[in-house]
Amino acid sequence: MSSEKIYSSDGLPLEVSLKKAERKNKLRAIFLVAPLFLFILITYLFPIGDMFFRSIDDRMITKMLPKTFIALEKWNGKNLPSEEIYEQFYRDLKPLAVNKTSGKLYARLNYEKSGFSSGLKKTIRKIKTFEEGNFKEQFIKAHKIWNNVDYWVALKNTAPNFSYAKYLKGVDLTLDQDRNIVEVEESRRVYKILWLRTLKVAFWVTIFCFVLAYPIAHLLAILPMKYSNILMICVLLPFWTSLLVRTSSWMVLLQQQGPINDFIVMLGLTANDNRPELMYNVVGTFVAMTQILLPFMVLPLYSVMKTISPSLMRAAKSLGGTPFVAFRKIYFPLTVPGIGAGSLLVFILAIGYYITPALVGGASGSLISNTIAYHMKSSLDWAFASALGAMLLTGVLVIYWLYNKIVGIDNIKLG
Amino acid sequence: MSLPNYTPVHYRIWHYTYLTICGLVFFFLIAPLFVILPLSFNAEQYIHFSDKMIALDPDAFSLRWYKDMIWGTKNPWGLAAKNSIIIAFFATIGSTILGTVAALGLSSRHMPYKAAVMAVLISPMIVPLIISGTAIFFFMAKVGLAATFTGIIFAHIILGTPFVVITVTATLTGFDHSVTRAAASLGSNPVNTFMKVTLPLILPGVISGALFAFVTSFDEVVVVMFLAGLEQTTIPIQMWVGLREQLSPTILAVATCLIIMSTLILVSTELLRRRSERLRGIKS
Repeated sequence: MSSEKIYSSDGLPLEVSLKKAERKNKLRAIFLVAPLFLFILITYLFPIGDMFFRSIDDRMITKMLPKTFIALEKWNGKNLPSEEIYEQFYRDLKPLAVNKTSGKLYARLNYEKSGFSSGLKKTIRKIKTFEEGNFKEQFIKAHKIWNNVDYWVALKNTAPNFSYAKYLKGVDLTLDQDRNIVEVEESRRVYKILWLRTLKVAFWVTIFCFVLAYPIAHLLAILPMKYSNILMICVLLPFWTSLLVRTSSWMVLLQQQGPINDFIVMLGLTANDNRPELMYNVVGTFVAMTQILLPFMVLPLYSVMKTISPSLMRAAKSLGGTPFVAFRKIYFPLTVPGIGAGSLLVFILAIGYYITPALVGGASGSLISNTIAYHMKSSLDWAFASALGAMLLTGVLVIYWLYNKIVGIDNIKLG
Repeated sequence: MSLPNYTPVHYRIWHYTYLTICGLVFFFLIAPLFVILPLSFNAEQYIHFSDKMIALDPDAFSLRWYKDMIWGTKNPWGLAAKNSIIIAFFATIGSTILGTVAALGLSSRHMPYKAAVMAVLISPMIVPLIISGTAIFFFMAKVGLAATFTGIIFAHIILGTPFVVITVTATLTGFDHSVTRAAASLGSNPVNTFMKVTLPLILPGVISGALFAFVTSFDEVVVVMFLAGLEQTTIPIQMWVGLREQLSPTILAVATCLIIMSTLILVSTELLRRRSERLRGIKS
């Protein structure tokens, strides 16, 4: 072959010209994706990062009491601090007392050691009457906690800028005086139960959805198009209907005077004045979530089952397999990718469910999302809400990663 | 589905059991929606079936709660509907434009790091809404858009774009790129080619993505709850508030209207899907 170079019409070697065109196409593709990519990055992913940051950020006290912490650095932590530390503490607290901006200190320090809040409140009230000099004595006179080394240790413990205390709190752990990780008192353990309940509900809802979805997905896949299209409406109409509408229909059905209870009474299973509570407990959460998430299981199963040729089952039967054996050895293994996709989709959605548990779940049926919302909106402990959110998100991302491994994110189909 | 004559008895039994199970599951899926319909026409204030209603007495039914929904004194539904429509309208336009443009870039074989970029673009669909709500609230509060319509619209654009990206990318997988090259060789510039050649062909995908975005915005309550002030109340928020207090027949009237709306959306997506398959030459 000749080593002669081929030139394109504009006089450049073809190779160079091709590379140039390729680069231009690449830039064009990037240019098209960039607006949305940057939009999501700035308004969505960075804020999620910010949420992670908030969950470990613990600079509030160091910012409010800067002089004290500089002075405390040299303190050995064994004997009561020196006069100088008391003086710097006074210099920090006085402006807070005057401007009445000491509010945030109480809860944070009380979290570190109980009794801190009331002691500090009393001290702040008296601090305006303090005289220059001999601060140590005046502090101890104002409240006895300043005569206790433990409280000073607790204060010094808040010095690091970052803390994982909120994460510990999220699984019912805490730090004791000597910075050891210990379980909180039994009466205050709530979050482990909540996580377990969330996992349990998500798991069982996934199982229920699978058990209910498998037969109907199979029926939809084997029926002729004109029938299956009609039945498909039963799957797609709930899918397109507002979540709140579906939840309210369950509230109608499950209430004590509702049709399901009427039916139970009619069957004579229970007396009219002894109607069971079907709502505001975990039963309501299970039933409503299963129905609401069922389409998300049916659709992936259906799309996989649709591709399985009916001749495979016929072949299995003609080779002497009973329908059960044919199903177990041929059909079922072929539907496994659909089962995986549907299950992970339902599980991911269920684990972060908020609206339905909040409305039909009551106290015993509420999930981790409800607690996050409570700390965001009511208790205003945003750092703790962020830590719970970060833990939930990490869990979801792990599942999502599995989903991607098994089905691939580009294979998500909608309707 | 009829069975051949030679089917043994126990297969017959199994077959009909199977059909019954399927029937029950379909019933479980669809029946809850239809419970709402008759109760929304209830003449009484209760939300359970009275004996009169079961006897189909015409006096037991009325349009009372629909009237209350539209003209009732100090009722919030008018304002909520207006807000919902405004928010969903702008959010849909925003998501559709951003999502379609990004899908065009993503479908190009020249796009680098496709999988990673796709993961970023559809992340709002995967992350639980409560976390999205928290994060978006932190952002909007920082830039001063909390409790504004702009803030809510931006939030809904974030939540809606993944659906547009997915549906349009799916439509573009069957797209014959030689038609755009043909247009270019005939002297058309890229924008013109897109408007006159590409867009008409992928339009079904774009519209069904837009419908998804619309429904997402129209039905969204968690993020709005974090962001909205009193003025930005929407239909889902109002339903949420109502359901937390007490289940009222007016809410069921609203719910009935929403079911009718979702039926219309279902019909249009079905028509679009068929048209799209026809345009791309896929036989159903």
